[in-house]
Amino acid sequence: MIEARSVSVRLGERDVLTGVDLGVGRGEWLAVIGPNGAGKSTLLKAVMGLVAHRGDVTLDGRPAARLRPRERARLMAYAPQTPALPADMTVFDYALLGRTPYIPYLGRESRSDREIAASVLDRLDLTAFAGRRVGELSGGERQRVVLARALAQQAPVLLLDEPTTALDLGHQQQVLELVDRLRRADGLTVVSTLHDLTVAGLYADSLLLIADGRAAAAGEPAEVLTEPLVGRHFDARVRIEPGPGGRPVVHLVRGGT
Amino acid sequence: MPSHQAPAREETGAQPRAGAPAAGTARPSRARPAWLAGALVVLAASMVAGLLGGAADISPWQVVLQAADWLPFVHVDSGLTPVEQGLLFELRLPRVIVAAVVGGLLAMAGAGYQGVFRNPLADPYLLGAAAGAGLTTTVAIVLLSVPGNAIPVAAFAGALGGVFLAYALGHSAGRGGGTATLVLAGVAVTSFLTAVQTFIQQFKVEELQRVYAWILGDIGGGWEQAVMVLPYGAVSAAVLLLHGRMLDVLSVGDEEAASLGLRAGRVRLVVLMAASLATAAAVASSGLIGFVGIVVPHVVRRLAGGSYRIVLPLSLIGGAAFLVLADLVARTVLAPAELPIGVVTMFVGAPFFVAVLRMTRRTLT
Repeated sequence: MIEARSVSVRLGERDVLTGVDLGVGRGEWLAVIGPNGAGKSTLLKAVMGLVAHRGDVTLDGRPAARLRPRERARLMAYAPQTPALPADMTVFDYALLGRTPYIPYLGRESRSDREIAASVLDRLDLTAFAGRRVGELSGGERQRVVLARALAQQAPVLLLDEPTTALDLGHQQQVLELVDRLRRADGLTVVSTLHDLTVAGLYADSLLLIADGRAAAAGEPAEVLTEPLVGRHFDARVRIEPGPGGRPVVHLVRGGT
Repeated sequence: MPSHQAPAREETGAQPRAGAPAAGTARPSRARPAWLAGALVVLAASMVAGLLGGAADISPWQVVLQAADWLPFVHVDSGLTPVEQGLLFELRLPRVIVAAVVGGLLAMAGAGYQGVFRNPLADPYLLGAAAGAGLTTTVAIVLLSVPGNAIPVAAFAGALGGVFLAYALGHSAGRGGGTATLVLAGVAVTSFLTAVQTFIQQFKVEELQRVYAWILGDIGGGWEQAVMVLPYGAVSAAVLLLHGRMLDVLSVGDEEAASLGLRAGRVRLVVLMAASLATAAAVASSGLIGFVGIVVPHVVRRLAGGSYRIVLPLSLIGGAAFLVLADLVARTVLAPAELPIGVVTMFVGAPFFVAVLRMTRRTLT
């Protein structure tokens, strides 16, 4: 579904990404992992076409660079790590923003746009919040509202930058389960950055480890989440065991002895 | 996230499809007919009050009848003498209309700037737009003797220049620029441009009186003034009103707006031009009238909601009513002497600005 070849991004004087390849098939979930500042978010933005980059990104076989912004927005939806939430806007209006790529420049939304936004809110159990102001929501609710906006785009690809940041354990699980359910139901392709390695290994079909702006490893969770790889690139002492379903579980190792 | 919020969410989340109460809210924000009608009634009432202002022997009812008589194809006998009619038609009516148009333009320009800069403190006066327009207008009058109907064009260039300066300065001063940085830069630009403008106006002492009167807000220019401001105002108002939804999309930030397929830069530019044209038309005709662009959109947001589809049209109407009333106060409070209208709006606006500043400090950051 998405193929990226040797993506490089230079911001100012710094090479943030150097020659990163990325591939994810239709209906699959790819998790991008790596230490802080490795370039995970930048990779997502490059795929979305939000930062200037070298290298080729193809979407469903079409070069992304040649897509017009609106076309691209119908193929890929993006939820940033810290979304700017207009506090005064109602939840329904916010979800309706996801219909922007389908509404003519100076036009207004159609009945079907409104119905799609309403049905997305319904799926995410947000119908009761439709008339509330976005600024009044709690962290978990906000995350779902942002997801609702992305889903209203009805794009086959979802790019999620740290969808679980700042959420407690239960809300993390809720959001991830939701994405997983929607992915299976609608055949969505998901690319997300995730900082929790065990969570990444649990939900993703494949992992891409980014370190220092380069792809350090890619493959199935058990191939990427190994003690040597994680130890080296995260500068951490960990023990990794096979968990349920053969998915690796990453433990920190305490103490110097 | 504080854990104590979790139970509340669980509760509301657990009963999602239970009732239909939310179904009624599942519609996009748009200026509801009730709000529009209410705002228009307020505007009409303030215009009648504006026509009345000061004249002891004309009753409100006669003014309403007379106003109806001015409408095309309507003939009503208001019982006013020709002199009274002349007073109303030649002096009061154009004055009220200019106040309404200028107030509407300034309020809508303020809302437009607020959308472009995603900053609730943006205002034509505080951004340097008004001062820029004031400077080029003064240059046009004093140094170049530009014909009257071309003055708004000069003002337009000045307004754009002022905003651009403030933006560039604010951007270089604080990366990412908090809401206050832009306003501080705007204040600096305003002070500087006003100083230059004062310097230039002293060149021609015989023009001094006129320039002074105009700078502090002069809306007593009769029909000529109304005719000058209307075409520019109509164009900018149309463009701004059409971009309400775009400004809503822009409120999620440039990156997300781009991910939604919007060319954010282009929308910004168009709205910026339209807001600056509105500012220019207002300043060229009536001088520097401050704070309308903050007070009115803010009140509208509090009352009717935050979507620009609501804020823009209601600011247009509300700003019109606000300035008509401000003019009424300016004419009556020291009667028979007149207070410049800019003084009245600043009197109301400055404390208001502080209140808005306190509120943004609390919600942003």
